[in-house]
Amino acid sequence: MSKNQEFVKFDKVDKSYDGKVLVVKDLNLDIAEGEFITMLGPSGSGKTTCLMMLAGFETPTNGEIFLDKNPISNIPPHKRGIGMVFQNYALFPHMTVYENLAFPLKVRKINKDDIDKKVDKALSMVSLSGFENRMPGQLSGGQQQRVAVARALVFDPQVVLMDEPLGALDKNLRESMQYEIKHIHESIGVTVVYVTHDQSEALTMSNRIAVFNDGKVQQLSSPDKLYEEPVNSFVAEFIGENNTFAGEVTNFQKDQCKVKLLNGSEIIANPISVSSNGDRTTVSLRPERALINTKNKMDNNFKGKIEEVIYHGDHTRVRIDLLGNKEFILKVPNSSANMDIKMGNEINVSWNSHDARALDPK
Amino acid sequence: MSSETGKILTTDGIPLEVSLKKAERKNKIKAFLLVAPLLLFLLITYIFPIGDMLMRSVDDKMVTEMLPKTFKSMENWDGNEMPPEEVFEAFYLDFQKLVEEKRDGKLSTQLNYTKNGFKSILKKLRRKAKNFEEGNYKEQIMSVHKRWADVEYWRAIKRRAPAFTSAKYLKGMDMYKNEEGEIVNVEEDRRIHRVLWLRTLEIAFFVTLLCFLMAYPIAHLLATLPMKYSNLLMICVLLPFWTSLLVRTASWMILLQQQGVVNDFFVMIGLVADDNRPEMMYNKTGTYVAMTQILLPFMVLPLYSVMKTISPSLMRAGKSLGGTPFITFWKVYFPLTIPGIGAGCLLVFILAIGYYITPALVGGASGTLISNQIAFHMKSTLDWSFASAMGLMLLAGVLAIYWVYNKLVGIDNIKLG
Repeated sequence: MSKNQEFVKFDKVDKSYDGKVLVVKDLNLDIAEGEFITMLGPSGSGKTTCLMMLAGFETPTNGEIFLDKNPISNIPPHKRGIGMVFQNYALFPHMTVYENLAFPLKVRKINKDDIDKKVDKALSMVSLSGFENRMPGQLSGGQQQRVAVARALVFDPQVVLMDEPLGALDKNLRESMQYEIKHIHESIGVTVVYVTHDQSEALTMSNRIAVFNDGKVQQLSSPDKLYEEPVNSFVAEFIGENNTFAGEVTNFQKDQCKVKLLNGSEIIANPISVSSNGDRTTVSLRPERALINTKNKMDNNFKGKIEEVIYHGDHTRVRIDLLGNKEFILKVPNSSANMDIKMGNEINVSWNSHDARALDPK
Repeated sequence: MSSETGKILTTDGIPLEVSLKKAERKNKIKAFLLVAPLLLFLLITYIFPIGDMLMRSVDDKMVTEMLPKTFKSMENWDGNEMPPEEVFEAFYLDFQKLVEEKRDGKLSTQLNYTKNGFKSILKKLRRKAKNFEEGNYKEQIMSVHKRWADVEYWRAIKRRAPAFTSAKYLKGMDMYKNEEGEIVNVEEDRRIHRVLWLRTLEIAFFVTLLCFLMAYPIAHLLATLPMKYSNLLMICVLLPFWTSLLVRTASWMILLQQQGVVNDFFVMIGLVADDNRPEMMYNKTGTYVAMTQILLPFMVLPLYSVMKTISPSLMRAGKSLGGTPFITFWKVYFPLTIPGIGAGCLLVFILAIGYYITPALVGGASGTLISNQIAFHMKSTLDWSFASAMGLMLLAGVLAIYWVYNKLVGIDNIKLG
């Protein structure tokens, strides 16, 4: 079975609410069938607007959205066959759990026996069998959320949209729901478009993540690639922790470049979005890729002064004044070899130039 | 520790319940003192007058007190034939006493309510009684006027003997107790109250319906528009609230009269001929139009307050699940607004059923309501007991509606905001 790689396609989509500001700019995005894709971004980045356009509650100002190769801009929401899970659950408060789940089936004029079967199946999928006659108000937040998920799936939609569905839950519940939703996705293979501003949620659940900022997709790739190889400094900043050095490219080569920092020192970096000498750049380095007092041979070696030590149990966060950057963070694993980390000490910090990505200037 | 008695004790050994009561007593007293002024106010201005009204509507002591000897002597009279001499004597004595106290006028008014024709014969009796000789009052009184020899009139007097009467309530229903004590309808051409009751219910019902039909879309718009527009719209809804009721009604008179703005406009666009202007005032139309406009905010506000709490994502959820806009509205939105509909309809209906000023000013003869009749008896005929009786019937009607509503929808489902 060959999966359609362009099951959902945003084609040059623009969206503006007031005719002055573009909320979504020239969005091109292909979503494969059966994929779990997450739109991740800060609030106001246009991700929810994209979801609403896909659901049909907003119309694109320009461009077209295709669902299974059919343009859908002129199809009203109720004919799109797209399931949706809302942030505040949006369960119908005057209907029982059963009636909530039966609603999409009833409007499709499915007969009573099939409705019963489908509702049963959907409820057992979210492990809520036996809750049919409860009212939504009698359920806990997590249970309501699971009912909402079941309701969005019960009519076998082609695509399910989830708009920050776990935003209202507490941390532990949120994590267990993440796995639950992921397992449901894996077992039924429906295409899921998920919107969140929580990066750990996105990294845990998705096949691919589209990072939104300023109405544009900054990067679209798998979670590991997004974390290891951010293509610009926004993504590097937004996903995970990040140490940055601002500077200017001095010695540009194809797979390596030297960057002269503001304090005069030079570091070796991996050129990603710089192309010639003299380019301004921000070098990004993950805290866990920089090591202290290592015996491994690395091409960047500098001395720094420890400014702050924060104990985290399994690891220790160390803030170092390094090359003029007083906010340089290191994560040191808790081991007997690293006992001499004390405030005020000088230590050696090293990293591979490959991990120091020279990105666009901020 | 005190498992034998089954009572839980505090650490100091006092039973927990006692201790709790003691601790709460201060708060209870405080709470009671806080509501006491309102309670007192309600008692004086609301419960007491209603109680007084109830008394007044059934009170028939006036005649009982004016003719004490007569009624005492009538106790043994079966009412079939003319009463015996002692009744006449007692009546003469009672009447003479009233004449001395100058209260005979009141008696004649009261007796006239019971049976027409008493006024003139009492007047005549008063004149002639000055020259009555002692003894044989039966002959003397009967010779004053032939009606005094009619047993019907004596029966009418006897009917006023009880201190309490339901006559006013029966009158409000266009019924009365005839000589045999049966409850019968009055003649068809004198049945005015039943028509009024029905018209009151009809107008209240249709005004409620019209208000609902107009208020629902407005309230929906108010609840869904962005703040800057909804505020403006809200002011438009509330503006009539801030205008005097009289001014509003008067402006409807200006608009609706035959030479008024609306008629002029109809003539101008050629909808009606100049010499054939429709009457839109001093009839039901005027009452409907003005009352609907005046009561509209009472429907909009409860609806709005309920709609405001309905999350827009519910409608979106309904649509995304495949419901057409109509089905989503009907199955999701509408059921959630029922508490507001209930509150609004109950409020408007109850206000409409007792409405007075507007129908009085624009209603004319065919557009007046029962409250106008009550006012008429309060102000013109001064039959306060009848006015009280009708007022209480109105109150009972409202309570009955409230009860039915509670049975059908449940009063807990009402939401005023």
